[in-house]
Formats: sequence, structure tokens, C-alpha cells
Amino acid sequence: MSAVPAPPAKRRPGVAFGGLLRWETLLVVLLLGVVALGAATSPVFWRGSNFSLLTSGTMEKAIMALPMTLIVVAAEIDLSVASTLGLASAVVGVGWEAGLPLWLCVVGALLVGALCGAVNGWLVTRLGLPSLVVTLGTLALYRGLASVLLGSEAVSDYPDWFTGFGFGTLPGTGVPWTFLLFVALLALFLVLLHRSWVGRQLYAVGLNPEAARFSAVRVARLKFWLFVASGTLAALAGVVFTARISSSRADNALGFELDVVAAVLLGGVSIFGGRGTLVGVVLSLAVIATVRNVLALNNVGAEIQNITIGALLILSVLGPNLARRLPRGERKGARGKEKAGGERR
Amino acid sequence: MTTAEGAIGGGRSAGRMRADRLVGLVGRVRELGLLVALALLVAAVGLREPRFLSLNNARTILLAVSILAVVAVGQTLVVLTRNVDLSVASMVGLTTFVAGDLFKQNPGISVPLVVGLACLLGLGLGAINGALVTLGRVPAIVATLGTLYVFRGVAFWIAGGEQINVADVPAGYREIATSRLFGIPSPILLAAAVALVVGYGLRTTRVGRQLYAIGGNPEAARLAGIRSDRLVFGAFAACGLLCGVAGVLWGSRFGRIDSRAASGYELQVVAAVVVGGVNIFGGAGTVLGAVLGAVVLGTVANALTILRFSPFWLQAISGAAILFAVTLDLLITRRLRRALVERRPR
Repeated sequence: MSAVPAPPAKRRPGVAFGGLLRWETLLVVLLLGVVALGAATSPVFWRGSNFSLLTSGTMEKAIMALPMTLIVVAAEIDLSVASTLGLASAVVGVGWEAGLPLWLCVVGALLVGALCGAVNGWLVTRLGLPSLVVTLGTLALYRGLASVLLGSEAVSDYPDWFTGFGFGTLPGTGVPWTFLLFVALLALFLVLLHRSWVGRQLYAVGLNPEAARFSAVRVARLKFWLFVASGTLAALAGVVFTARISSSRADNALGFELDVVAAVLLGGVSIFGGRGTLVGVVLSLAVIATVRNVLALNNVGAEIQNITIGALLILSVLGPNLARRLPRGERKGARGKEKAGGERR
Repeated sequence: MTTAEGAIGGGRSAGRMRADRLVGLVGRVRELGLLVALALLVAAVGLREPRFLSLNNARTILLAVSILAVVAVGQTLVVLTRNVDLSVASMVGLTTFVAGDLFKQNPGISVPLVVGLACLLGLGLGAINGALVTLGRVPAIVATLGTLYVFRGVAFWIAGGEQINVADVPAGYREIATSRLFGIPSPILLAAAVALVVGYGLRTTRVGRQLYAIGGNPEAARLAGIRSDRLVFGAFAACGLLCGVAGVLWGSRFGRIDSRAASGYELQVVAAVVVGGVNIFGGAGTVLGAVLGAVVLGTVANALTILRFSPFWLQAISGAAILFAVTLDLLITRRLRRALVERRPR
């Protein structure tokens, strides 16, 4: 973990790094606790098949969470990701039904996703509209286009190799193919956010866009390409989702956008921008997926699982905030660090 | 710029007056523009399909919009203070299900009691949001995204897969939505009353103006001695209360309710508020605008149905309408601001 210090850590080493370490440590502890609970309550928890179930079901959200992290760090938001996913899935379905080769359908879906992201980016950076409003509009627009394309029908006669990519695993292991795809993307985004000028500029933009602009950061261009990346990866998630459930429907992944945002926020990324790391987001994705898995193994339905996720999300911010209010004497050493590290969350 | 200033310098007071009038116009133009757009829409659709212009259809549109309008009024209160409440749909769903469940579990329970309890429940849920935001210092978007999940989950937990059927609720409860006063369905009257009271309060009372001040500049509001925390808490609680009212309307209108009721409604509510010209960053906008926003969305939906568009187009066109409305609003505001800057005397 210490291998990936966030740029703010460079600015104020002691302060932000202390906060970072503490936050992600907390998530690791939480994850271990949930894993222990799972192992104690269910005999099948450690089976390979359970691992593939646990991971493959969460991969679409995980893929979308990568660019979402960067967007939230830059103090923007993209609520249209799940609709872009649905539109991409519909494009694959319509193309396949029209007899096009599947690889062409997939490429077409990715291009449509990039276009969706470009429209978001254009409206946000050129017109200066708030991204919350823009992507709320395109959330409806893209989902609507998906249902115009597919109506109420479903396309499901996909070839075996395609659906095999969706829920199949590496031979002899419980590791899904889609997990490998995610790991490759994660590596790319880790370098992008934490080891390149792109990441440094993103944190600068998130903390103070005006100052970043005066420091020769091309804020608009950076944000535009972020939205394009988000649209493209949402479309990729759409392909993965289509392959996994081997069906294209207009309402695929309805409402996933809130799950993605929740995962990013639980990962310690500040909704006001400028703070948070991908390591935290990956840990939070793992926590959410494992909590859902453990609850499901204990016959708790998806909707009740949501109570836990929602409570975790609130507590992740509320807990540190309340701890900071404890009397001085009890938290002598940590107080200064926490205050500076957590004031924006 | 300096030459322009010199030229204007002589007619400073005239320019100042015009600037003041423009400032006044900026305040009203959002609703005005929306009204014009609505009129154009109604006229265009009416030419194609005279049926659209009937009184009966107007009643249908307003009835469909009334619940959305009540929640949009609550959301406006919260958005004005530079916050947002994403949990409104879950609050409507939870209150409507709990009300239905009370009837189901206790046959013969009095209707006013259940209505009162549902409103109280809404108020309580809103107060939880308010406490998280003001006492817990959790950003509103995070807190209400969390309670969106929690409140909906609680509804599922109580329901346990059961649903409320029309036969479970007494006729007196269903009459709330089906009764009419002077030929107008009561939900429309109720929504209008809520909008009038809240709109008037925001415009004229001290608390109302303070809500605008908080959203316009939180720091300045604090320095001016406004007790922001109390007011923001109150805004969230009031929003919850209105969600409780909407939950009662929902239950009495639809009769058959499961725990998924009003799922995803929050996006429509925020859309209505935004289309209505309420600034998502607080401090600007009116209840009238939010209600008009809801009416515009409802009219678009109705027009598409009457023109026999495939229902699949509905959502795409609603999305485009949102983008169109906010873009137009932005361009108008920007042009007026530029006009103001040019006329500003130094």
C-alpha cells in the first residue's frame, strides 16, 4: 500500500499519508472481518466456485469504478455510466441480430460508449454545465436510446465463446476471465492516477480548478478525455455484462450508477474532489462484493444487503467525523493529523 | 473596457436602472421561459391532436404530475441550501408501504391516524438525513445516497416479499386520491396548496430568505448570524414530511403496492427541479419553477403518448428535454450576466 502514495502525500507528507494509511487500513480490517465471518458462517465460502461467483458478479461495477474514481478526484461525477452500459449492450444485441460478426458489434459498442462520454464531456467542459445535471440528463437519454433500439425484446443467442468469456474461469482455477481484464485495466489506471502527470493534474484540478488552470493544466481537455474514458469503459462493462448474463436487454444494469458511486465514496474518495486513491476504491469494491456474498450465502436477499452497504457508506464518513469530535485528551497524537486529513471528506 | 466605461459614465443612473430591471428579470425569466416553452409545446401538440387540448386531458396530466410536484417542492427546499436529497424515492416508497401495511395488519384502523403516522414517519426519515448532514457533517450526496439504500432496504425487510392489494386498504384511504372538489381531483389541489404555502413562505418569510442566503454563500450566511445547521436540518425534515405526504397520495392512488414502489423516482424529482430552473448549487430558484418543471415533464410524457410515440421513446426524449432546458437556461443567464457586467458603473 505504501508503494502508492497519493500526490497530496507529496505535498504534505506527514498529514495526508497518515490519513491515507489509516483509511485503507480500516478497509483492510473490515475486509478481513467480513472474510472471517463468511468462513465461520458458510462451509462453501472458501470454494473456488464461490470466488468466481463473488468476483464475476461485481466486475462490471469494478470496471466502471476505475474511471469514476478519476472523475470524482477531479471533482466531477458521471451518473450516466449504467445507461451507457445498457446502450452498449443494446448495440451489441442489435448488431448481432442483424447478422454482423460479433467482434464488429463489440467494437461498435465501444465506439458508441466513447461517443456517449464525449457528449457528456462536451456539455460539461464546453458549455460549463454541472456534470451532475448533464449526466442525469444523459442517464435518461442513453437508457431511452437503448430501449428505442431493443424495445422490450431480448437478444440472447450469443455464441458459446462469448458467454464463456462472461462467466467462464481460467482452466483449473476459480479465476474468471473478466477478472483478468479488470486487473489489466486496474494496472493501467493505477499508473495513470498515481504515477503519471495525469494523476498529479487530476488532484490539482480537484483541489482547486482555478489554481490548476493558472498552473498551465488544460483542465477542460483533461476532463473531456476523462468522460470519454468513462463512456468507453462503461461500454466495455456493457460487453462484459452482456456476455455474463448472455442476454442484451434495454434495462440491463438499471440503477448500477449508484452502486458504482457508492463504491468510490466508500473507498475514501472525497465527493468534493482532490482526495482518495484507487487502492481504497479496490478495497471498497472487495468489501462490498464480499459483504454481499456472505449475506447471500446466509440467505439474505439483495435488497436487505443494500441496508448494509448504505450503512457502511454513511458510517465511512460519519465515523471519522465523530471520532474527530472526541475530547482532545483522548486523541492527543492523532488529532492534528486527522483534522487536516479529513476536513474535506 | 475603459472606453466603454467612459462612454457609459454619463448615463450612469439610466444604465443602473436598466441593470436593476435586468436583475429582476433574471429572477423571473426562468419561469417565464419555461411557461413559453410549455405553451409552445401545448400549441404544437394541440394542432396535431385536438384531443390533447381537452379539459379532461389537462386533468390527466396534472393528476399524474401532482405526486411528483409535492416531492419536487421538498427537494427544492433542500437544493436551495446547496444540498441534495437522493433518498426521496426511498422515503416515498417506505412511507407508502408502511401506511398500506398498517391497514393490512390492523383492519378497521382509522384513516386519519394512518395518514398522520405516515407523515410523521416521513418527517422522521427526513430528520435522519438532516442530522447526518448537520450533526454528522456527512456531505448530503453521500448521506442521502446511503439512506437511499437503507430506507429502501427497510421497506423490503418489512415487506418480506408481501405486497399490499387494493382490498387491504379501506375505501376512505383510496378516496384521498379519487375524490374531487369542484370537479378537480384532490391530489392536484393538495399539490397546489403545498406549492403555494411553501412558495409564499420562501418568498416572504425570514426563514425562507435565510434558506436562499445559505445556498448563495454559506460562509457569508454564517457570518451574518444565520443558524445554518438548524435551517438545513429543517429543510431536510420538511422534505421528508412532503415525501410522507406523497407516500400517502401514492398509496391511495395506486392501491397495489410492493416494497419497490417509487423505485428510481429520485431522478425524475431532481430532473423536475433542475428543469424548473432551481440552481443545483443552491441559492437560486423557486417552488413555482420546480412545479412548472414537473408539469413540463408530465406534459411531454402525455404528449408522446397521445401522439402515439412508442413508449420506448419516452425516456430518451425526457433526457433530451432535461439537457435542452438546462442549456437554454445557462445561455440566457450568461447573456444577461454579460449585459449586466457591461452596464455596471464603477
